[in-house]
Amino acid sequence: MKILKNLLKSPMFVTGLVLFLATIILALIGPYVHTITMERVGPQYAPPAAQYLLGTDDLGRDYVSLLIRGLRSSLYVGFLAGIIATTVGTLLGIYGGFKGGWIDDLINMITNLFIVIPSFVILILISSSLKDGRSLTLIGLIIGMTTWTWSARAVRAQSAALKSKDHISLAKINGDGTLAVIVKHILPYLASYVFMVFILQVASGILSEAAISMIGLGPLDTVSLGTILNQAKNNGALGDGVWWAFIPSTVIITVIVFALYLINTSAEGAFNPRLRK
Amino acid sequence: MQNNKNIFTASNCTCEFGSGKKIVRAVDNVTFEIKDEEIVSLVGGSGCGKSVLAKIMLGLHHPTSGTFLYNGNPITNTKIHWREVQAVFQDPFSCFNQFFTIRSQLKAAFGIMKDKPSTKEMEDRVDQALLAVNIKPPEIEGKYPFELSGGQMQRMLLARIFILRPKVLIADEPTSMVDACVRANILDYLMKLKEELKMTIVFITHDIGLAYYVSDRLFIMHKGKIVEQGSPDEVTSSPKSEHTIQLLDDIPEIHRDWIVRSPSAKLAHPAV
Repeated sequence: MKILKNLLKSPMFVTGLVLFLATIILALIGPYVHTITMERVGPQYAPPAAQYLLGTDDLGRDYVSLLIRGLRSSLYVGFLAGIIATTVGTLLGIYGGFKGGWIDDLINMITNLFIVIPSFVILILISSSLKDGRSLTLIGLIIGMTTWTWSARAVRAQSAALKSKDHISLAKINGDGTLAVIVKHILPYLASYVFMVFILQVASGILSEAAISMIGLGPLDTVSLGTILNQAKNNGALGDGVWWAFIPSTVIITVIVFALYLINTSAEGAFNPRLRK
Repeated sequence: MQNNKNIFTASNCTCEFGSGKKIVRAVDNVTFEIKDEEIVSLVGGSGCGKSVLAKIMLGLHHPTSGTFLYNGNPITNTKIHWREVQAVFQDPFSCFNQFFTIRSQLKAAFGIMKDKPSTKEMEDRVDQALLAVNIKPPEIEGKYPFELSGGQMQRMLLARIFILRPKVLIADEPTSMVDACVRANILDYLMKLKEELKMTIVFITHDIGLAYYVSDRLFIMHKGKIVEQGSPDEVTSSPKSEHTIQLLDDIPEIHRDWIVRSPSAKLAHPAV
């Protein structure tokens, strides 16, 4: 509660939170206030008008419907990738840093291996090899499993620095086992890092999905903000001056990522008890 | 009354860190015995290996060669070991977790006990331990470590020892982070613990003057080796090692003029 109170005192955090909640609310209640339809509702590339607020696409589908669908998909993929990358990275990082020795060396080697192989290339290779069944969930899983290295790196260094602190020695001579030491005496110190890493991983998940979809390797089973951009690119909307085909989805992606970065930047002060007022 | 039972026995005990060319020998081939109810001081400059030796005694590090025995047996089960051997560390602020209240962390000490007392008894024992170090329990109620002063925090570490009542206490520079008044208090509490619990105390310090007053025996350490050991009088009156001489030379002397000019001297001798 104290942390939340402190977070709410930061204008940066409040701005980020409001923007992010706005996108989530739009994704959640959008289908209830606007009839979502994937059917043709008007002519090809009809400009925004009272009937179709953000115009129509090349197939005459309503862009508001497409954007709400796309936003839901992008948030889903971002959170899925963020949760996987943060969980895998944090667990491996903390355990390796705390244990040290050969376990740490092995985890470090695996992390370095994943770091030197460009994750976006892996993403492209896996996506392009899966012609059928390239679902949104699979894209999220692939993004999560190729980007956990950041979290592992950030958390490992912190965990290794913490393990030689006296409060860890004291916890050990109080009889706490490895799990209790990690959960009670290392994780709270890293909570701000883990939270910030998670926020960045969600943002990077959304961006990665948009990028991979933009080049035509996105999910085949649904619409995402990236696939909307891909469709606009393929149909030459940019050259034809059909701005409503790409600007709204670009703005939404930018707002989500910007909001997440604001939340991330403002979190440090709230998590560190010494910086609390 | 001391008896002749060996609490710690080290024979050619060495502890190294790192590997290959980067190997660091923190404790180098030390052999010593520490007897029951003795106060032994490990004295040496920074990086001489005294804290590593303290961690070996605690079972937090293990010797890489040689043997180290507690009550005649190697330290294998650390949980059982920590029921009898406990420690006070140097920096009281880094000893406590910043995210939990002091009281909850004092209660966490019961975790090492074989038969945990009831919640009511735990609370009572925490209160008694706080009173033993001259802190009224309401003073720390709901407080986090960073809300207390250095002296109060150091006393919290000692309160933990009053709760646990171990047989052996490793005191790793418990007075180095506090001012002179608090230092005297901490030493008083250590002596109180020694009297009440008949503890064996291993006192680690860089201050040979301080060690002289509190110890039965002094071990002088340099670069991982014990270069001299003996009673405080032996070591200070006829030092054999140049490192002991160096440590003795480094004790600051109060200038005669200062004593004469000091307010208490003027009160005692108004004519001065």
